[in-house]
Amino acid sequence: MSMLTAHQLLGLPPQSAVRVLVTVGTELPFDRLVRAVESWATTRGHTDEVLAQVGASDEPPGAIAWTRFLDGPRFREYFNGADLVIAHAGMGTILSALQFGRPLIVMPRLAQFGEHRNDHQLATARRLSELDRVDVAFDEAELLGRLDDHDLTPREPIGPYADEQMISALRGAIRDSHELR
Amino acid sequence: MTLHRPHSPHRPHRPRRVLAVASGGGHWIQLLRMRPAWEGCEVVYASTRPTDRDEVAGAPFRVVPDANRWVKWRALWCGIRVALLVVAQRPDTVVTTGALPGYFAVVTGRLIGARTVWVDSVANVDELSMSGRWAGPHADLWLTQWKHLSTPDGPTYRGTVFG
Repeated sequence: MSMLTAHQLLGLPPQSAVRVLVTVGTELPFDRLVRAVESWATTRGHTDEVLAQVGASDEPPGAIAWTRFLDGPRFREYFNGADLVIAHAGMGTILSALQFGRPLIVMPRLAQFGEHRNDHQLATARRLSELDRVDVAFDEAELLGRLDDHDLTPREPIGPYADEQMISALRGAIRDSHELR
Repeated sequence: MTLHRPHSPHRPHRPRRVLAVASGGGHWIQLLRMRPAWEGCEVVYASTRPTDRDEVAGAPFRVVPDANRWVKWRALWCGIRVALLVVAQRPDTVVTTGALPGYFAVVTGRLIGARTVWVDSVANVDELSMSGRWAGPHADLWLTQWKHLSTPDGPTYRGTVFG
């Protein structure tokens, strides 16, 4: 029986065993990221500590536990329990990591590898890295380097809501709609 | 002759009705961060992911078809379902963070006379999303979360979801 089948038969690893959560979002696969983490985990002997959410991947990893999707409660369980989250540069993951104070490294999807329709994740990652909102690895080599010396310190957590300027602009639009009728 | 009626005699003290729409994932997470804006209103949420219902327990929640502009029949189906939702809910205000379902919500919201708000995703750093460029001109409030993307003709910058 292959390792891959064993993982599937045994189901998801217990939350306490998962130190590193890899998540690529629910839409498109991102095998370049999953393979990079798998190779790091194999070389460093951490294969039992990683869970990868791999989406619609054609080639799921053989050496680490994986699942295609995680529902909301399961995702939060692993997300909040992990020492480190490694993800695509999706805003959902970045905002959640900031709000819940989780250490996060993102690697942007690139259109040249068919990982997304365009390179907006690259632009987001660049800008948010400049603003010191997130740790970015722009390719696999950089990711491997960061995995070895990441100090696991999360960013200063953000609050649960948008800033007051945005909330009051939206409130204004909602109030106006009432006054007009 | 048009009368300005701030307090309609036909609908006294009617709570404001908000339809908050987003595609599942990052768009949805950004929409949820705006919740204080419609505190005290009657809100109906709509997302492309049935499991997002859990995030807004207690509030009415509808699922709309997922779609992007690359698959045309799927986009058409999404447009029809969103339009039916908007007509059925008759919101005073439509708020959306995109993507394509939000575009349809803004366009149909405007048709029924609702106030419409498009907040472009913070993920659109270099340029606005295509849905945003389409929806923005139809929206009463058109926001970008990046100052450098604001222009005198819209969108405008009024803070971000980072908080």
